[in-house]
Amino acid sequence: MGNGRVAVIGVGFYGFRPSTPEVSFQGMMFESSHRAYAEADVDPRKDIDVFVDCQEDMWEGIAITDEFAPEPIGGALRPTFTVSGDGLLGVAHAYMLIRSGLANVVAVESHGKPSEIKTLQDIYYFAMDPLHIRPLSTGNPFFIAGLDAQAYMSRTGARREHLAMVAVKNRNNGLRNDRAPYSSRISLDEVLSSPYAVYPMTRYEMAGFSDASVTVVLASEDVAKKFTDKVVWLDGVGYSTEVGSGSIEWHQWGRMPSMRNAALMAYKLAGLSDPQKDVSFAEVEDRFSFMELLSAEELMLSPEGEAHKMLEAGEFDFDGRLPLNPSGGSLAMGVSLEATGLARFLEAVLQLRGEAGAHQLKEARRAVVASWRGVPTYTSAVAVLSSDVEG
Amino acid sequence: MSAKEGARLPGTKLSAKEMYSLLGLVESSPQAKYEFSAGPTISRFLQGLKEGKILGRRCPRCGRIYVPPRDYCEYCHVALTDWVEVPDTGTVQTAVVSYISVRRERLEKPEVVGVIKLDVPGYKEGSYEFAGLFHRLCIDPEEAKKDSTIGMKVKARWKPAEQRTGSILDIECFEPVR
Amino acid sequence: MVSNLFVKDRVAIVGAGITTFMRRALETPRELAWEAARQALDQAGLTLRDIDCVVIGSAPDTFDGVHMKGEYLADGSGALNKPMTRVYVGGGTGVFVPVSAWWHAASGLCRTVLAVAEEKMSPAHPHPQYVFRYIWDPIIHRPLEPNLIWIFAMEMRRYMAKCGAKKEDIALVSVKNKRNALDNPAAQVAANITVDDVLKSELLVWPVNELDISPVTDGAAALVITNENTARQVTDSPVWIDGIGFTLDNQHWENRELAFPRYLNYAARMAYRMAGIERPWKEIDVAEPYDPFDYKELHHIEGLMLARPCEAWKLLKEGYFERDGELPTSPSGGLLGVGNPIAAAGLMKVAELFWQLRYEAGKRQVKKPVHKAVANAWGDLMQAGTVIVLSN
Repeated sequence: MGNGRVAVIGVGFYGFRPSTPEVSFQGMMFESSHRAYAEADVDPRKDIDVFVDCQEDMWEGIAITDEFAPEPIGGALRPTFTVSGDGLLGVAHAYMLIRSGLANVVAVESHGKPSEIKTLQDIYYFAMDPLHIRPLSTGNPFFIAGLDAQAYMSRTGARREHLAMVAVKNRNNGLRNDRAPYSSRISLDEVLSSPYAVYPMTRYEMAGFSDASVTVVLASEDVAKKFTDKVVWLDGVGYSTEVGSGSIEWHQWGRMPSMRNAALMAYKLAGLSDPQKDVSFAEVEDRFSFMELLSAEELMLSPEGEAHKMLEAGEFDFDGRLPLNPSGGSLAMGVSLEATGLARFLEAVLQLRGEAGAHQLKEARRAVVASWRGVPTYTSAVAVLSSDVEG
Repeated sequence: MSAKEGARLPGTKLSAKEMYSLLGLVESSPQAKYEFSAGPTISRFLQGLKEGKILGRRCPRCGRIYVPPRDYCEYCHVALTDWVEVPDTGTVQTAVVSYISVRRERLEKPEVVGVIKLDVPGYKEGSYEFAGLFHRLCIDPEEAKKDSTIGMKVKARWKPAEQRTGSILDIECFEPVR
Repeated sequence: MVSNLFVKDRVAIVGAGITTFMRRALETPRELAWEAARQALDQAGLTLRDIDCVVIGSAPDTFDGVHMKGEYLADGSGALNKPMTRVYVGGGTGVFVPVSAWWHAASGLCRTVLAVAEEKMSPAHPHPQYVFRYIWDPIIHRPLEPNLIWIFAMEMRRYMAKCGAKKEDIALVSVKNKRNALDNPAAQVAANITVDDVLKSELLVWPVNELDISPVTDGAAALVITNENTARQVTDSPVWIDGIGFTLDNQHWENRELAFPRYLNYAARMAYRMAGIERPWKEIDVAEPYDPFDYKELHHIEGLMLARPCEAWKLLKEGYFERDGELPTSPSGGLLGVGNPIAAAGLMKVAELFWQLRYEAGKRQVKKPVHKAVANAWGDLMQAGTVIVLSN
């Protein structure tokens, strides 16, 4: 392998609002990348070796959306490519590019502008298998998450109160975060007394959508030090796909093996042997309330089937032993389509640098970041980040 | 396949008739609707067209004038600041004659389209990049096929002011300068 | 970009497979992907258990009619419970799949990678052309109701004007490639045609006639790519990936000189530098330049520095690029002869070079001895260049 450790030397973002009519998606990409490069003190035209952009055609409304990738992020006439997937998958490519020795500095951008999609529900349907699932016309495409939530509850004994508690925790955590338009001072009663959106979840337990672009700059260890002292280490990445969207019948309902596999890969690279003990906080998947608990379990941050008990005991709270989504997660920040994973990543980097502002944790030395691409996919990605700074 | 002689490869060919008579052929049309934000730069460009002007944007660092304008300079990665009105004249960089529509139906009257390199200062003769627009050309189709079309001087033919809506179509086409 | 000096681990291709290329396939996209993947594994003598990671390539989602197509193809591509990503650079995707597989293996994260590309264009109804309406800038280009062929015709015209090539000079590419395809069992539109046939075929967008263009195709292709250690264990004749390159130019094709493909030239220089090739026109023995349109092969031969700018069409006339010529190009039959299932077509070109470098191409085997080969693909609005350099 060419290079040693991989460092995060800059992050930048734009948006995290329900709509952003003031900018085009390209404008948003430019703003976030410009900020990340300024922070990393790199000139994208000279210092960045490879640009990775994460986006998907139907989210953008452009058939070969890759066309629009290079220009706004400084990658025109340079090695630039697109990953059709969550931003964390782009981070995995960056990690491999640096470890292979091909690149020293890689930029990863991802964005989502869901406010411009007027038929979002139909676009979700278009991701379903055309032969097996689309003809069923099931109404809300998130029914698949409902099936998983039900299976999860029956396997672990978690009750719907536990799911609601996740929404209460995250929407309240978000109140301290400027990037969290869906945060709210909501109580458990309010969640439980509102009608089901997709059984067993109410609308408070399903994340809204927000427009955002996030850019991160990664570098090899030697080169990172030339640019900045503010280094956060990317100790490991992992990603995995359990089943195809054309074969979701084979999915292990109530489980997320893709996240477990991704975690095993990332932990192995990071040399993380006891995640429950060695992780100070985690930014994990929570676009549906039950997913936070299931993620905690698949990431081995809780014993098998006991995430809801740890939640009940307050261990995942902002001031708990192992805070989950201190930023408020997607439930407070919204789902920014393929930028959702990078939103989690951004929050973890800021925490590890001690720059999270009002939602800064006291102890932030090692973080796990995890995302899932949402229905109807079974792909997850995980990153392990750490900081040398005494938290 | 290792391309051995007479290798038979997987895959089953169907005729159109066979395909449409397949049991279980599922029809599905995506209901995909979007509203794209033009952003500040293209919005102002469209406003300029409505006023009968072609607007470009200059990079404060390298001095390139971009038409169509951008929010940022792709060569310097800095935000663009100054607006400049550029001439609505230029030369034909390339031109083609289309006999088919966007849906691949035969057109009754062929259409001529091309790239117009606008008379914008700052670009060297023969440089790789230039300021320019993709648009229709009001040139006779047979004329357009002649070698002399490339490099021909053209000028924008604007719609009457009251018919302009702030669209690229506010320019009807580019026509030869006589 | 870091020089190749620091890249210690070599990466090799050890197996390749393709399906028949056809206008309408009975198989679903997932099944096509599976058929190609299975053959590549068979040739490598491996099974899915040996595969650590999967890279999928496919061009616009709307062709197969499925959003998030990588997820949809995951099971057919053997990616279940494995790290899988879909990479995407429009039409350049086919060659980009093995390019990306290179760093999966070279980074040490994966030992053996399955690279799969699939495209099924026939589900788009009534014609895949419709899909191309959505590739344009939505605000300043779509109102002009452009047809996809327009931009390529514009580029071809510019090449003709700048280089002095005539339509009949360019049509020779189509004649050569369709003839080469007669020996390819995968081919969809192999034929013995003349320049006159091309010129007399339906005029679509002057200067482009129907036979200047590759057809609408369904198909899939796959490669097995491993690190050096594994390669030596599974085969006596690995084909090495010596260089990779990729470049993406801006989306504003109306602001660029179209006569020379700079997007490709930059990518080629990156790949040659990594492969230690200084004079590609002398060192490359066989090439698969991307040829969805006939002029594009000439354009790409020049971008790959296998001929000087504006000279490829002259060399073509002299028979230089024939299978028994000095520098055979598209011995497979190319997209013009074998067909163009977008991403799968690009990967088919790399598969062909794999077979050529192992002397397994049967009737298609080029006459001269082969050591080094190059393939490229191209995509987006004349933007994306992807290059791979191979050796045996």
